[in-house]
Amino acid sequence: MDDLDSRATQALAEIDKADTLEALDALRVSLLGKSGIVTAALKALGALAPDERKARGAEVNRVKDRLADALAARKQVLEQAELDRRLASEKLDISLPGRDGERGGIHPITRALERIAAIFARLGYQRADGPEIEDDWHNFEALNFPPHHPARAMHDTFYFGDGRLLRTHTSPVQIRSMIGRQPPIRIIAPGKVYRSDSDQTHSPMFHQIEGLLVDETSSFADLKGTLSEFIRAFFERDFEMRFRPSYFPFTEPSAEVDIRWDAEDGSTRWLEVLGCGMVHPTVLANCGIDPERYTGFAFGLGVERFAMLRYGVSDLRAFFENDLRFLKQFA
Amino acid sequence: MKFSENWLRELVEIKADRAALAHALTMAGLEVEELTVLGEGLAGVVVAEIVAAEKHPEADRLQVCKVDAGQGELLQIVCGAPNARVGIKVPLAMVGATLPGGMSIKAAKLRGVESFGMLCSAKELGIDADASGLLELPLDAPAGQSLAEYLGLPDASIELKLTPNRPDCLGLVGLAHDVAALFGSAVKVPAQAAAAVTGAARRGIRLEAGKDAPRYLGRIVEGADPSARTPLWLAERLRRSGLRPISAVVDITNYVMLELGQPLHAFDNDTLQGDIVVRHAHPGETLKLLDGSSAKLDAGFVLIADEHKSLAVAGVMGGYDSRVADGTRNIFLESAHFAPAAIMGRARKLGMHTDASHRFERGVDPELPRRALERATELLLSIAGGDAGPVLVAENLADLPKPATVVLRRARLRRVLGVDVADAEVARIFTALGMRVEVHAEGWQITAPSSRFDIEREEDLVEEVARIFGYDNIPTHSPAGALALAIEPEARINELALREQLAARGYYEAVNLSFVPAELLARWGFTERLVPLANPLSADLAIMRPSLLPGLIEALRHNRARQQERVRLFEVARVFAAGDPPVETPSLAIVACGNAHGEQWGEPSRQFDFHDLKGDLDALIAWGGEPQRWSVHADDLPPWLHPGRGARVARDGETVGYLGALHPQLAKVLDLGADVHVLEMALEPLLARRLPLAQPVPRFPAVRRDIAMDLPEEISWSQIEQAVRGSLGTRLQELRLFDRYSGKGVEAGRKSLAMGLILQDASRTLTDDDADRCVREAIAVLEQTCKAKLRG
Repeated sequence: MDDLDSRATQALAEIDKADTLEALDALRVSLLGKSGIVTAALKALGALAPDERKARGAEVNRVKDRLADALAARKQVLEQAELDRRLASEKLDISLPGRDGERGGIHPITRALERIAAIFARLGYQRADGPEIEDDWHNFEALNFPPHHPARAMHDTFYFGDGRLLRTHTSPVQIRSMIGRQPPIRIIAPGKVYRSDSDQTHSPMFHQIEGLLVDETSSFADLKGTLSEFIRAFFERDFEMRFRPSYFPFTEPSAEVDIRWDAEDGSTRWLEVLGCGMVHPTVLANCGIDPERYTGFAFGLGVERFAMLRYGVSDLRAFFENDLRFLKQFA
Repeated sequence: MKFSENWLRELVEIKADRAALAHALTMAGLEVEELTVLGEGLAGVVVAEIVAAEKHPEADRLQVCKVDAGQGELLQIVCGAPNARVGIKVPLAMVGATLPGGMSIKAAKLRGVESFGMLCSAKELGIDADASGLLELPLDAPAGQSLAEYLGLPDASIELKLTPNRPDCLGLVGLAHDVAALFGSAVKVPAQAAAAVTGAARRGIRLEAGKDAPRYLGRIVEGADPSARTPLWLAERLRRSGLRPISAVVDITNYVMLELGQPLHAFDNDTLQGDIVVRHAHPGETLKLLDGSSAKLDAGFVLIADEHKSLAVAGVMGGYDSRVADGTRNIFLESAHFAPAAIMGRARKLGMHTDASHRFERGVDPELPRRALERATELLLSIAGGDAGPVLVAENLADLPKPATVVLRRARLRRVLGVDVADAEVARIFTALGMRVEVHAEGWQITAPSSRFDIEREEDLVEEVARIFGYDNIPTHSPAGALALAIEPEARINELALREQLAARGYYEAVNLSFVPAELLARWGFTERLVPLANPLSADLAIMRPSLLPGLIEALRHNRARQQERVRLFEVARVFAAGDPPVETPSLAIVACGNAHGEQWGEPSRQFDFHDLKGDLDALIAWGGEPQRWSVHADDLPPWLHPGRGARVARDGETVGYLGALHPQLAKVLDLGADVHVLEMALEPLLARRLPLAQPVPRFPAVRRDIAMDLPEEISWSQIEQAVRGSLGTRLQELRLFDRYSGKGVEAGRKSLAMGLILQDASRTLTDDDADRCVREAIAVLEQTCKAKLRG
């Protein structure tokens, strides 16, 4: 008996000293395994008298439990140490860049254009489009520009040999959207337009968005409201705004819209951002719409101007150079 | 239209300061584009006469002047101006004055000589840009008078950006009427008296251009003094209105044009022979013009001629030979009405733009010619003397424009503007604008003055009311909601979403001009169905692009030249092809080069290749949900693609685009490497999307079997896929290629492909036997049709 006790005491010390799971397992086998000392002690119980066997049995089981507990406790310690070691060895430099995280970006003109179109879409304006190579009738005549009219001189026009031309504005889409249709009409027409002019502030190709609304009730007051809301929605802020009388052959009354813009030096100035007006009755009539029954308004804006203001672009030409160092700023 | 503010204020009472005037003009549709203040801060500057001038003892370029500034005592002034000389009248800044530039005038010693003030140039006074010498004033300028008072300063030069519908404001009197309406004040234009006729010279006038020139007035003034000089006040007004004084006669005609808006022309009467004939030009007729150019005319031009020769292009410019020259004493003044349609575009056709054509093509008041002629005569007689002959008139009254009478309905006004304007205010506005107002059952009947060409219909009157009433006073109504919900078809991919998708795959969107040079297109082999511009800005911008790629590759080169090794760009825009009408096809183009993954630590570095680009295309195709409708083909490639690394893309068998490596020859010409890959295809097919129709999820598990086959190189994956699919039918759910190898262990000219067969049956679980049978069938068909061998 004393032999078992002393072996157990010794074993407990060995368990505490075991520093690998393998050593601990070998100990377990030598203590509790088939030929371990505890198993041997239990087997030896059979040779004892019944009353002696009971007391001895309880004793052996106590030793067995102590050893098992010690083994389990040590095992947990060793496993924890092992896990700690592994975790320490598996530590990553999480500051390294992720794999394939690169992405590109859409062009700032597209970005501004889509933002504008989306604002009007929420007001029920549907996208419309027309050809970039237009005929004189759609680009000028139907819009109430007579041949040789001085208003045409403001549109430096690119022509083709057959008399067709590159549209100088998105307004011909108004005509194409109204012909063969009856009001109510609400369209928004973004697209490329062309003027034969190229310098620091003019590109021979640029982007416009045309808006048109025709119904039985709309007035100049509605036009003012629509464009005021639009400016607020686009820039996400309030501006001092003014509608200033102007002239376009296809609208009357016509207006230019200025917003009070804060310059970098702290001063403010009026900045023209939009042209608009009530659709000219002649234009409605040209499209087969009764100008007595219907009224409407139209507006046009330059997308580059809005993109420049919104994103702080100071050079128009940057939009068409496609320099990645520029484009990446809009990703 | 540029004018002097003081001049305008002389013609109409303006109860507002300069800034308020400018604001009111802008807000009435007469936009102030530029406003330059002139001659402010001239206190202490007076008219002075140089009565003596001696060379400075110590400095070659300085003079010591004695100056009479009206103070009784002469002042000593040291002056370096080259034109300083005895007898001239010049501005003197007295001691104590501060000039507009900030310079304070003090008594000073210049190289040892005392100086009590400074003689000034126009620039030093902020009156004009001229700094070449002292501003020489007329000899009759009173010495000692304040210069500001003498010159009518301060003043402002105001430039209006007038819209083409308001030619009536191209003269100050017309502008004064608008201003009067804005400020509720009266125009102060003095009544015009007819000049005394003291001469008898006349000349016949024949109108032969019909309605193009319905009124022509002339007058001969004989014996004018050719040495007469333009008075300072008149020259100053011209200068402040943007015109350089030239000579007395020309200055007078320009002055009347600015004042009334009627362009005039003066001929040297001695160069004219017989009657004045107003006619259309003969085809091919030429005329040497005032500016020395030679105008080649056609029958669309109206000419002023005499019985032997042409004299002037009507409404555009006078002729050189009949001009008023230095010695001209006898003058023929022309004051005519030409129809806008007869002048529109004519100056442009001659490559010019003149003050006269600018006004006539927009429309000049047909009632102005006589008034303007009398005004010019009056000025001419008072400045240069002479005897005025009778006014010579030729006119076809029937061809003159009639003042329009238009009804404005109260209800229409309200409907268009969305505001009620009081009846009295409407009547006031029209009356103030010089229109006749009569009561009408539904509103007002308005007769416009002859100067208002733009008043033709009701909307024109609505605009006038709105303009003067003030756009600011029209309310702002919040937009009402949608009338009908716009339907967005689900079976169509939003174009923006497609762009975002490409951006998410690493591409940046580019925007190129739509024009490309012919030479660049030729390099690419684009020669058919081109659409060239008739009037390109330059040869580099001459052809509407038939493809987005040449421009996009130029953008790639631009970036490569700027240290960007890895470039990935796309563009969505239209391409153009000749036709009637020309064909515009929305297209997508992609260009890529450099590393496949960018430079980074986690993957082995490799060049972007064909299959990277194809992967991008596959992703776009997969998005549409119907990849089975798409196919790629190695045949019929365009010349700009590498013949072995290019593909033709088809949808439902119809070619829609191409992708691949740039042809090495083209790449070399463009100074690019073999890594440049491109794609271009029609946009529409990529936007089509299948509306999903749900199928039951398979109830039985799939079985996978892998095989490795040894095949000849030329057998394409699509052939293999077709063969296996044909053989196994619906049992084959998917055929996955998971390895491709050639090299050691594989015979030259052959490759090893490892593929997984995903097998499934809709009605039962496949047994091992079933799966094995499928594998055997697949191997058999590959052996038979693809010269394949099973690898051990």
